[in-house]
Amino acid sequence: MDPRKLVRELVSRYGPDRGRLIQILQEVQKEYRYLPRESLEEVSKELGVSLPEVLNVATFYHQFRLEPVGKYIAYVCFGTACYLKGSADVYEAMRRAAGLNDGRSTTEDRTLTIEKARCFGCCSLAPVVMVVSSDGTERYVHGRLTPSEARRLVSTYRSRALRSGGVGVASG
Amino acid sequence: MLQDSLRRFIYGSKGFRIRIPIASCSLAAGAGEVYQAALKAVDRLGIDAEVYRVGCTGLCFMDPWVEIAKEGLPPAIYANVKPDQVATIIERYVSGDLSGAVAVRFKQGGERIPSLDELDFWRLQVRFVSRNCGLVDPESIEDYIASGGYQGLRKALSMRRDEVIETIKRSGLRGRGGAGFPTWFKWRVAYEQESDVKYVICNGDEGDPGAFMNRLLAESDPHRVLEGLIIAGYAIGATKGFIFVRAEKPLMADRLEKAVEDARKAGFLGKGILGTNFDFDVEVYRSAGAFVCGEETALIAAIEGRSRPRQRPPYPATSGLWGKPTVINNVETLAHVATIFQVGVEEFTKLGTEKSKGTKMFCVTGSVNRTGVYEVPIGTKIKTLVFDIAGGPPEGRKVKAVQVGGPSGGCIPIELADLELDYESLQSYGAIMGSGGLVVIDDGNCMVDVAKFFTGFTLAESCGKCLPCRVGMKVLSEILEKITSGQGTLEDLDLAQELGESIAKTGLCALGGTAPNPVLSTLRYYKHEYIEHVLNKRCPAKVCPKLVNYYIDPNLCRGCTQCAKVCPVGAISGSPGKVHTVNTEVCVKCGQCFSICPFGAVKKV
Ligand SMILES: Cc1cc2nc3c(=O)[nH]c(=O)nc-3n(C[C@H](O)[C@H](O)[C@H](O)COP(=O)(O)O)c2cc1C
Ligand code: FES
Repeated sequence: MDPRKLVRELVSRYGPDRGRLIQILQEVQKEYRYLPRESLEEVSKELGVSLPEVLNVATFYHQFRLEPVGKYIAYVCFGTACYLKGSADVYEAMRRAAGLNDGRSTTEDRTLTIEKARCFGCCSLAPVVMVVSSDGTERYVHGRLTPSEARRLVSTYRSRALRSGGVGVASG
Repeated sequence: MLQDSLRRFIYGSKGFRIRIPIASCSLAAGAGEVYQAALKAVDRLGIDAEVYRVGCTGLCFMDPWVEIAKEGLPPAIYANVKPDQVATIIERYVSGDLSGAVAVRFKQGGERIPSLDELDFWRLQVRFVSRNCGLVDPESIEDYIASGGYQGLRKALSMRRDEVIETIKRSGLRGRGGAGFPTWFKWRVAYEQESDVKYVICNGDEGDPGAFMNRLLAESDPHRVLEGLIIAGYAIGATKGFIFVRAEKPLMADRLEKAVEDARKAGFLGKGILGTNFDFDVEVYRSAGAFVCGEETALIAAIEGRSRPRQRPPYPATSGLWGKPTVINNVETLAHVATIFQVGVEEFTKLGTEKSKGTKMFCVTGSVNRTGVYEVPIGTKIKTLVFDIAGGPPEGRKVKAVQVGGPSGGCIPIELADLELDYESLQSYGAIMGSGGLVVIDDGNCMVDVAKFFTGFTLAESCGKCLPCRVGMKVLSEILEKITSGQGTLEDLDLAQELGESIAKTGLCALGGTAPNPVLSTLRYYKHEYIEHVLNKRCPAKVCPKLVNYYIDPNLCRGCTQCAKVCPVGAISGSPGKVHTVNTEVCVKCGQCFSICPFGAVKKV
């Protein structure tokens, strides 16, 4: 669906109430896995909230993304327990293996996104990486990882993404 | 809990129950697959047992665990169960062979397996609010009621509002969300406000990156939290309550939502609750997540659809959500409220210390053998929790410090392990109780790096509204970066101290006010580690990447050449099949060889 149309539908469902701003953005993200630019513009128009304020809210909360994601998203736990057991090494190893050496977090071919996350609550398995498919249907947890095991995860999931023929959800 | 009601939950209505914890933590460890395997096994073996979903006991080191109980046999607990072991475990248990179990209950004597009640990690706990966790089905209101649930609400509704507040005052309950503020006091202020609309909010944000006791409690016994919220609502005269949960904790939100629906159907929510004229309803609010949202004014802003905290006063109790009197309490505080009304004030006040009554749930992680969430009386010694209950550090490691209170807390040297965990003692040693996160730090961790970790965390989470926090924390984190990369000077240490103290004084909200604590407390107790980084350019724990050297252990190297290929500056030499070496003159310490070596031959020195 066109993001603008989705926003209009959501606004008519929840009412043009600025108190619903966060909920509406959550719904949009559920559909697209990120917040397309047009959707933010439409939210601004429909709720009568200025675009900078919408962007302010969208960038303040961690849940929201402004960029499309890969087929799989690997969340490297940066909770305290995982950090102390070397999650920074795991994260760096995975980024290098995926060829992400600048600010980007998603591979060129949109097979994999690598992000930091906070404690998953399974600190006894630290350091932990959780991989989810961007459509939310698959979820895998990998615990007690060494950097070299973490590198292997990158190739495993990238090739799995290519095999299933799917790359990340298309933009727009 | 009474012995026979405990038996009822353990053996179930059929007298044969297999309990498996389904909560985010155990699911991450594989409990979902174990549950499926148990269903299949029961079916295939043709036995008449219930495979029963329960919440989490907090014994994370055992996850996923399974407890099997058949009348005539002692209930047996199995730890770290793999899906392919389930059928065998059940088959053996039924035949009376309990081998492989880590503990049994209701021990008759005779069995070689220890009784759960004899094991330190269980024996030394006092499970007051967590009594139902791991025992009941969190999605069943019937289970909750059978455990005495909603009796507290009945009791409260039979009292006048001010009597309810008086009861909580007598209990001495203090907020479990961080500051330890007396619960009755906020209630009283809100109660006294003239307003037709008032709100109560349950703060389930729990943004501390190393703690999850609120999530565990709400996922395992959601009705207890809800019952406490309804009692709070009645006490202050509110008509609406919110439970504030992060969208990134979906199971917690789902279970609370289900609890709200079921409570509404059962008449514990809605119009004229339990035949009184008290109308009250609850909405679960899924927040988009940011650490500062746990702070009460930011939390209110989030529900109103804005972001960022504001200056207090006015306090929420006089002017909170949409300008109305609002009481905000933590998940665990509210669960205590419900339990106090269920079992009586005396059961609560007999636990804890003079100034702080009752128990607190602590999440113990880091360098311990038994990671978990443990409920102990306030005033329990740090060493009891870290060594007796959580089992101390893994072999070969030495505990150096405990970090208490998360990003707003501080580090306490293990030499002070006799210290009692209560609000005042922790504060006087530079930490805080916070929400109850306790991270055990060992000799393999660098204290400067720990300070840098928390500073980086708060910096990323600072909302940027006030200058001390936004700019001050940035500068502080740059100083730490400088020190950990070997560029620091002794003046930097003084600067960090001064800056930390001034941010603490001038931050707008308590996030800024407490953000420098990790730096200040490590400077207080571990200045020698900072000095080692500054003067000798050495990281004693070999953690800070710029201050370590890489070396290839000739006994482990197989000459696979991967390190040499990955090295961006050609610092590694060696031919295929031969031992490789690092030229430290050329090495830029990027660590890529360390992370790529499949044999663990690259070492830090
Ligand atoms: C930065 C920051 C984060 C906080 N996070 C939480 C939180 O996650 N959960 C919580 O209950 N209280 C948190 N608090 C404390 C709340 O502001 C508030 O004091 C508490 O919810 C009151 O409940 P209590 O009296 O039952 O403890 C936080 C405070 C600050 C300054
Ligand atoms: S810190 Fe990583 S799972 Fe808790």
